[in-house]
Amino acid sequence: MKLESKIPEGPLAEKWARHKFALKLVNPANKRKYEIIVVGTGLAGASAAASLAELGYNVKAFCYQDSPRRAHSIAAQGGINAAKNYQNDGDSVFRLFYDTIKGGDYRAREGNVHRLAEVSVNIIDQCVAQGVPFAREYGGLLANRSFGGSQVSRTFYARGQTGQQLLLGAYSALSRQVANGKVKLFTRTEMLDLVVEGGKARGIVTRNLITGKIESHSAHAVLLCTGGYGNVFYLSTNAMGCNVTAAWRAHKKGAVFGNPCFTQIHPTCIPVSGHYQSKLTLMSESLRNDGRVWVPKTKEDAEKIRKGQMSPNDLSEDKRDYFLERRYPSFGNLVPRDVASRNAKNMCDEGRGVAKTGLAVYLDFADAIKRDGQKTIEAKYGNLFEMYEKITGENPYEVPMMIYPAVHYTMGGLWVDYNLMTTIPGLYALGEANFSDHGANRLGASALMQGLADGYFVIPYTIGDYLATIGPGDKIPVDSPAFKETEQKIQEQIKKLMSIKGQRPVDDLHKELGHIMWEYCGMSRTAEGLKIAKEKIQALRKEFWTNAKVLGDADEMNQALEQASRVADFIELGELMVDDALNRNESCGGHFREEYQTPDGEALRDDANYAYAAAWEYQGEGNPELLNKEALIFENVKLTQRSYK
Amino acid sequence: MKITLKVWRQKNINTAGKLVEYQLDNVSEDMSFLEMFDVLNDSLTRKGEEPVAFDHDCREGICGTCSMYINGRPHGPQTGATTCQLHMRSFNDGDTIVVEPWRARSFPVIKDLMVDRLAFDRIIQSGGYVSVNTGSARDANEILIPRTIADEAMDAAACIGCGACVAACKNASAMLFVAAKVSQLAILPQGQAEHKERAERMVAQMDAEGFGACSFTGACSVECPKSISLDHIARLNREYLGAKLTSDNING
Amino acid sequence: MAWVTQTLSSSLGRKVIMSLTGLFLCSFLIIHMAGNLQLFKGDGGRAFNEYTYFMTHNPLIMTISYVLYTSILVHALMAFILTRHNQASRPIKYAYSKPEANSAWASRNMGILGTVLLLFIIIHMRTFWYEMHFGSVPMAEYDGKEYKDLYAVVQVAFGELWYVILYVICMVAIGYHLWHGFQSGFQTLGLRHKKYTPIIEFLGKYFFAIIIPAAFAAMPIYVYLQVHHII
Ligand SMILES: Cc1cc2nc3c(=O)[nH]c(=O)nc-3n(C[C@H](O)[C@H](O)[C@H](O)COP(=O)(O)OP(=O)(O)OC[C@H]3O[C@@H](n4cnc5c(N)ncnc54)[C@H](O)[C@@H]3O)c2cc1C
Ligand code: HEM
Ligand code: SF4
Ligand code: FES
Repeated sequence: MKLESKIPEGPLAEKWARHKFALKLVNPANKRKYEIIVVGTGLAGASAAASLAELGYNVKAFCYQDSPRRAHSIAAQGGINAAKNYQNDGDSVFRLFYDTIKGGDYRAREGNVHRLAEVSVNIIDQCVAQGVPFAREYGGLLANRSFGGSQVSRTFYARGQTGQQLLLGAYSALSRQVANGKVKLFTRTEMLDLVVEGGKARGIVTRNLITGKIESHSAHAVLLCTGGYGNVFYLSTNAMGCNVTAAWRAHKKGAVFGNPCFTQIHPTCIPVSGHYQSKLTLMSESLRNDGRVWVPKTKEDAEKIRKGQMSPNDLSEDKRDYFLERRYPSFGNLVPRDVASRNAKNMCDEGRGVAKTGLAVYLDFADAIKRDGQKTIEAKYGNLFEMYEKITGENPYEVPMMIYPAVHYTMGGLWVDYNLMTTIPGLYALGEANFSDHGANRLGASALMQGLADGYFVIPYTIGDYLATIGPGDKIPVDSPAFKETEQKIQEQIKKLMSIKGQRPVDDLHKELGHIMWEYCGMSRTAEGLKIAKEKIQALRKEFWTNAKVLGDADEMNQALEQASRVADFIELGELMVDDALNRNESCGGHFREEYQTPDGEALRDDANYAYAAAWEYQGEGNPELLNKEALIFENVKLTQRSYK
Repeated sequence: MKITLKVWRQKNINTAGKLVEYQLDNVSEDMSFLEMFDVLNDSLTRKGEEPVAFDHDCREGICGTCSMYINGRPHGPQTGATTCQLHMRSFNDGDTIVVEPWRARSFPVIKDLMVDRLAFDRIIQSGGYVSVNTGSARDANEILIPRTIADEAMDAAACIGCGACVAACKNASAMLFVAAKVSQLAILPQGQAEHKERAERMVAQMDAEGFGACSFTGACSVECPKSISLDHIARLNREYLGAKLTSDNING
Repeated sequence: MAWVTQTLSSSLGRKVIMSLTGLFLCSFLIIHMAGNLQLFKGDGGRAFNEYTYFMTHNPLIMTISYVLYTSILVHALMAFILTRHNQASRPIKYAYSKPEANSAWASRNMGILGTVLLLFIIIHMRTFWYEMHFGSVPMAEYDGKEYKDLYAVVQVAFGELWYVILYVICMVAIGYHLWHGFQSGFQTLGLRHKKYTPIIEFLGKYFFAIIIPAAFAAMPIYVYLQVHHII
C-alpha cells in the first residue's frame, strides 16, 4: 500500500494556512445534506461532534458509557499545553513544536506537530469562552505551571481536574447541539464494526448495550475518536472500559495501524496491592518536584521492609540509594517519564523493591517537609496525599509514599494522513485513537491539547474536502447488503462468544494477557522475550476461544459479553504490538529494547534505519500483517541523542 | 475478612427485583469496594451464576459512573469519596453490607445495581452551556476573572454527575446537581449573556424529569463525593427567582 | 400571564410560596407571643382582654388576620402538594437507609411536624378564635367599657391537664418545624451569604425554635398552675 501523508508543501509555519486555503469547502446550504458519525465523546469526539454540528452537518455521536461526559478524558489531571507565552518566558509556537518533536524522540511528523502547536492557542480561548474555570492569578489572568520535558511554563490547568473541565466544556457544546437537533446521541451503544463498501467508509454497526440489539447507522463519513488501548495490559491508568475494539475492527476492514508498540509508562502510580487489583491510579508527576526517589542499598534491608520487620523510617541515610540522583546528577528526580520508570523497574528487578510485592520504590517527602514545613507541602499536594491515603491507608506525611510505573498512554493508533483520514476513504481517527503527533513518547499535558486540536480546529476544515469530493448523494441505506452482511457477521461473532461455555471468566483471561504484555512488551523489551510473548499470546488466543465463560443472554445488558468482545480484540492487538516491537530494532521513547542502549543504559535510536512510522496492514485471518513504512522527514529540527546526565 | 453481602438483583426494568445474600470469605482490606464486587462476580461466574451488573469506569472517583447505595448511604460510609474510592478497610470482619441501586423515579433501574441517569444529560441539554461556536472566542486573557471567582466556579464545576445527591435526598431532588451547573456559569462572566434563560430552562427540565423539590435537608451536600456546597442551591434559587421576575419570557 | 402560573407551579415557585407564607407566619408568631405575654401580668386578665379587643377591632389588624388565615391555608396546601410530589419522586423506597447519617431529623419530617401544627391550629382556633367570634363568651367590664372575657376562656381551657400537655407537645413540634424551617425559608429565597446566614441560623434556632415555643408553652403551664392554685 502506498501511504500518502498529504503533508502540504511550503515552509513549516505556512503549511497549515496554505492547506486550509487549498481544501475544498462545502457550501453552507449543502452541509445539512451530510451525515457524519462520530464514535466516542471524549475530548476528541465531543469537540468534533459539536463543531461539525455548529457548521450545519448532521451528526450522530456514540459512546459506550451512559453519558458522553464520562469518556476517559475526564480523568486527566495535570493540564493542557498551549504556546500562549503569557508568562513571557520565551515560549513560542516553534518552541512547543520543537519540544514535542524532541520529546517524541523524533518519531512524529514535523507538519502535524507544528499545526498542533499553532492551534494550541485557540484551544485555550475556546475553552475559556465555554466557561472552563482554569486556574487564575489574583489579578484575574490565567495561571500556568511547568511540566516535564520543557523549560517554559505553558501548562494551563483547572486544579487537578483539567481533563474533567475541558471535557465538560466540550460536552456542554455537544449538549447544546443535541438540543438544537443537530446531534443525535447514542449512549450505552458500542460500535462493533465498520461498514466499508465501494472502498469507502459507509457507516457502523453497533450493539445497544441495554437491549443487546444490533443496529446499523449509515453516514457520509465516520470519525473514530475512541481513545487509547492501554488496557491491553489489563492494569493501566485507563478506565475499565477503554478498549481497542472500534479501531481494531476498522483495522481489519483496511485501516492500517501505526506504531502499535509505542506505549507510555508513567513512573508515579500507586503500586499494585494484590491479585484482585483492577486498575492503577496515577499520582501527578508534579510530586517528583519535591519527593526523593529511593530504595534500600541492600537486598537484605529491602527484604526486611517487605516482610514488615523494618520500617523505611528506620533505615539510615547511608543505607538508602537515591538512585535517580545518583545516576542522573543534573536532572535527578526530574528525568523524563520513560527514564524514571525504567530505573524503578531495574531496582525492583535487582531485588531492592519495597512493599509486600517487592514492586515499588519510595517517593520520600521527609526532606521537603523538613525544608518547607508540612503546611507548604500540604498546600501543594494536599489532595494527592489524601487520595494516596484513601487508596493505601497510609499517611504519606509520616511514611514515605510508594510508587511504581504503570501503563498510561498509547502513542500508537490508527495511521492517519495530514487530514486525519485513515487509509479507508471517509474514515477518520482523532485523539488518542490515531497515531499522529506524539512519536515514540508523549509529553505531559499534550494529549488533551491534541484531542481538542483534532476535534475543534482540524477536522472541521479537513472533512469538508472529502465531503465536497464525494457529494451528498454518495451514501448507502442501512438495508443495503454491505450493512446486512456486517450485521450478520457481528451476530455470529456474538453467538460464538456466548457458545464457548468454557471454564474461565473473561476477566481472568484478560489478566493473563496483561501479564504477558507487561512482562515482555512493557517497560523494556528483548527480541527473545518478544518471541516468547508471541507464542504465549497465540496460546492464550486459543484458550480464549475454547475456554472463556460468558453467562447471561446476548439480548440484554451483559457486561461479561461486552468484555469478552473487547478482550478478543486486545489479544489480537497484543500480537501485533509484539510484532511491531520485534521489528523495531532500536530504542526510542517509550520503546526500549535492551539490546539497543548506550553504554550507560540510555535508549539508543537508529535514525538511519528506523526513522519511519510503522504502518501495519491487515492481511486476513491467520496471516502475518504487512509492514508499510512512512519515512519521517526532518527539515526543521536536528536529530540528537537525549541525555539527562 | 469475611463479609456478608445483600445485593439487589433485578433482571431488567420490567422484572421485580429482590435482595440476594452472598458470602465472601477472602476479602482483603486493601481491596476497593468494586474490586470486592469483581471477586464476587468471578466466583459467581465460576459457579455458573450470572454476575452482578454495576456501573463503573474510571475507578478513581472522577467519571461519576459508579453508583451503589451501600448500607443506607450513597457511595457508602466514607464522605467525599465515590464507591470506587471506598476501600474494604472501612468495614469490619463479619459485617453485613446491603447494596442497592440509586432509587428515584427519574433514575429507572436497568439491571441489578445499574440505573439510567439520562435525565441529567437532558437537564444539561436544556441550558447547561455557554452558546459559543468553535472559533468565535476572543483571547483567553481578555476578560479578567479574579481568582476567588474562578475558584468558586471551579468548586461548582467539580460535580461529576454521579447522582448521589438525588440518591441521598429524601425527595430524590436534583437541586444540587442543577445548582452546581447554573451556579458555575452564573459566577463566570462568560455565562452572563444567557444566565436568565439558563436558570429558567434547567429548572423547567428538572421538574419535567420528575425529580422532587428541595427541602434543604443538606443530605446531598454531605453525600456528594465532591462536597458541593449548599451555597450553590441558594444561588440557583436566586437566579431562578430573579430570572422569573425580570426576564422577557412571558410564556412560562 | 402564563409565566406567573408556570413559575408558581414549578418546584422552586411552590417552595417560594412555602417560604413566604412560612416566614410571614413566623413574623406573626412574634406579635402573637408579645400579645399573649399579657397573660403573665397577673392583673386578672385585663391587659390580655384589652389586647384581644384591640386585635379584633383594629381594621388593619383585621385585614392582616385574613392574610394570615390565607397564609396558613396556602402554606398547608403547598406543603401537601410538595410532600406528595416528593414522595412520588421515589416510588420504590430503599430496603435499608440511614438518613440520620446525613441530615437532621427535623429537616426530613417537616410534613409530619406541619400536620401536627395544622391539627394544633384547628384545635387552637376552635377553642379560642371560634369561641371569641361565635361562642358565648362572658363579658368583663374595665373603666366602664365592655370586653369579651377571653381570659376566662383561657382559664377554662388551660385548666385541663390534657389540653396543657397537648399544647406543650405542639410547641415542641413548632420548635422542630422552625429549627429547620426558618433558615430554610431564607435559603429558598436565595438569601444566603457568608456574613448573614450565621445570624439567620442563630435567630432561627435559638429565637424561633426555642425561645418562642418555650414562651408559648409556658403560658398554659402558668395558667394551669394558677387555676389549680399551685402557685
Ligand atoms: C489518568 C490519566 C491522566 C491523564 N492526564 C493527562 C494530562 O494531564 N494531560 C494530558 O494532556 N493528557 C493526559 N492524559 C491523556 C489524555 O487524557 C487522553 O489521551 C485523552 O483524554 C484521550 O481523549 P480521546 O478523546 O482521544 O479519548 P477518550 O476520552 O478515551 O474517549 C473515548 C471515547 O470513545 C468511546 N468509545 C470507545 N470505544 C467505543 C466503541 N467501540 N463504541 C462506542 N464508543 C466507544 C468512549 O465511550 C469514549 O466516549 C491522561 C490520561 C490518563 C489515563
Ligand atoms: C398549617 C400547618 C403547617 C404545615 C402543614 C406546614 C408544613 C410545612 C412543610 C411540609 C414544610 C417544608 C416544605 C419543604 O421542605 O418542601 C414547611 C416549611 C416551612 N414552614 Fe410550615 N407548616 C405549617 C405551619 C407552619 C407555621 C405555623 C409556620 C410558622 C409559624 C411555618 C413555617 C414554615 C417555614 C418557615 C418553612 C420553610 C419554608 C422553606 O423551606 O422554604 N409552618 N412547612
Ligand atoms: S452534585 Fe455531587 S452528588 Fe450530585 S451529581 Fe454532582 S457530584 Fe454527584
Ligand atoms: S468509577 Fe469513575 S467515579 Fe467511580
